[in-house]
Amino acid sequence: MSTDVVDQGKRRFLTAATSVVGAVGAGFVAVPFVASWMPSERAKNAGAPVEADISKLEEGRMMIVEWQSKPVWIVRRSQQTLDNLPKLDENLRDPASENTDQQPGYAQNAERSRKPEILVLIGICTHLGCSPTYRPDIAPADLGDDWLGGFFCPCHSSRFDMAGRVYTGVPAPTNLVVPPHYYLTDTTILVGEDGGAA
Amino acid sequence: MGKLIGWIDDRFPLMKMWNEHLAEYYAPKNFNFWYFFGSLALLVLVIQIISGIFLVMHYKPDAELAFASVEYIMRDVPYGWLIRYIHSTGATAFFVVVYLHMLRGLMYGSYKKPRELIWLFGMFIYLALMAEAFMGYLLPWGQMSYWGAQVIISLFGAIPVIGDDLTLWIRGDFVISDATLNRFFSLHVIALPLVLIFLVVAHILALHEVGSNNPDGVDIKKNKDENGIPLDGIPFHPYYTVKDIVGVVVFLFFFATVMFFFPDGGGYLLEHANFVASDPLKTPEHIAPVWYFTPFYAILRAVPDKLLGVGAMGAAIVLLFFMPWIDRCKVRSIRYRSNIYKINLAVFIVSFVVLGWLAMQHVTATITLLSQVFSLLYFGFFVVLFITSKNEETKPVPDRVTT
Repeated sequence: MSTDVVDQGKRRFLTAATSVVGAVGAGFVAVPFVASWMPSERAKNAGAPVEADISKLEEGRMMIVEWQSKPVWIVRRSQQTLDNLPKLDENLRDPASENTDQQPGYAQNAERSRKPEILVLIGICTHLGCSPTYRPDIAPADLGDDWLGGFFCPCHSSRFDMAGRVYTGVPAPTNLVVPPHYYLTDTTILVGEDGGAA
Repeated sequence: MGKLIGWIDDRFPLMKMWNEHLAEYYAPKNFNFWYFFGSLALLVLVIQIISGIFLVMHYKPDAELAFASVEYIMRDVPYGWLIRYIHSTGATAFFVVVYLHMLRGLMYGSYKKPRELIWLFGMFIYLALMAEAFMGYLLPWGQMSYWGAQVIISLFGAIPVIGDDLTLWIRGDFVISDATLNRFFSLHVIALPLVLIFLVVAHILALHEVGSNNPDGVDIKKNKDENGIPLDGIPFHPYYTVKDIVGVVVFLFFFATVMFFFPDGGGYLLEHANFVASDPLKTPEHIAPVWYFTPFYAILRAVPDKLLGVGAMGAAIVLLFFMPWIDRCKVRSIRYRSNIYKINLAVFIVSFVVLGWLAMQHVTATITLLSQVFSLLYFGFFVVLFITSKNEETKPVPDRVTT
């Protein structure tokens, strides 16, 4: 048998086949390492609903509860504040809350809430995740004369109105998120569940 | 001694490596002040690795314990405060010398053919360094650690389609949490230092393959003596090793001054808000990154659109990678280039510094407008360079280096 003739075609084929199989194997080995970065079972289970007692919440004030380690704001708005909401529509990106990812169906209304006066929001800016500051004061020096109260993000100066609707011309792309919630009683809110009425 | 070296040389290329990289590596004889920063960057890398190893002996990468363990290092561990300040001052020093080192490359055209790969390795070092610094800043688990990480990780959320899942994957939780802290710790102390060391070795090997550039930007390998040694070259050791020791002494003088007398740099090196333990429910009133990230942060803030803002910030860094191909002028050194280039580079440096300052200011309409103007000037550098460098009016380049 002559041994000094090399079949180049066969050699190339075997080299290519070995490389492909090796690459596929490496891809499979990468899966567990990449997957290990996803939230653990413990992290997934940590998001249980929380109860908030709003009986002591006064008009114009905000309280914060923690749900899934995020701040959830609850604000009792005055009638004056609610009357001001429609005045801002033309300065807002999504005045009618048409982006349905940002609130459950029952909060897709002019006040973005189940009860008009009670606003429930996740206090995380939709730009880069800072927690905006509650600024209910009308026309303060630093925010300008046309400020009718709302939320101001100190990180990149995004502005939201008293229903968490985002202004135009700011970096945040969408309205603040209304979390799933419902009323257990007149003065208790459960944040994290819809109570069946989605 | 000679016998021992002979014994080793039969088994390991000790003298060969010594000669190739030091005793018989011929560097141009006209290196100036700007050539200190490469070796200083190497020194800072060593300082960071050694001080880091000792910090890890006392630090606890756990969301419950991290903040307290840093305070423990500062108050209870013997000389713990010193080791931590060495490390925190080292982070700032690293960026100072790297920025000056990069500016040297821009001035003398050190990224041009045949040194494109040196520049690319260098840019990857810069990128790895930014990741290293960012992840290290999370570890003290103070307010700035937490909210800074929140903002930077959220940047990835701007990517269409996969953005939200990607941020979830990076954090390993629905918010920044213990899982995030743990993995950043692992990357900060193991993965990224290894990557950095590998890249530094590649950077130096590529440099020693093609030879160093110099302030005149002339090729010293064109004029060699009968032994094949460049006429304008001198052995790196002992000439430049000794020169660099002078640089090291001066550098350590400044380093020690900051470390002992201004370790927090008035809130610019260690931000005041970071002396408060992290609170996921409250963002600090004034949030700004540490000084070395601020120019890019200003560009992010200047654009009133999430995706475009993140894109502009990324482009500000990515464009630098392409310098060898954006700059089409054959003349390397700024000494023999046109006034257009000199002005263009000056405007670029000024915009970079001003953007850095703007990012530290409270946002007002004026600050935003200025950020937009200087962001345009920053990007304008690359555009003007690409257009004007093709047929640039240059001065004649000398044959040999000048002194």
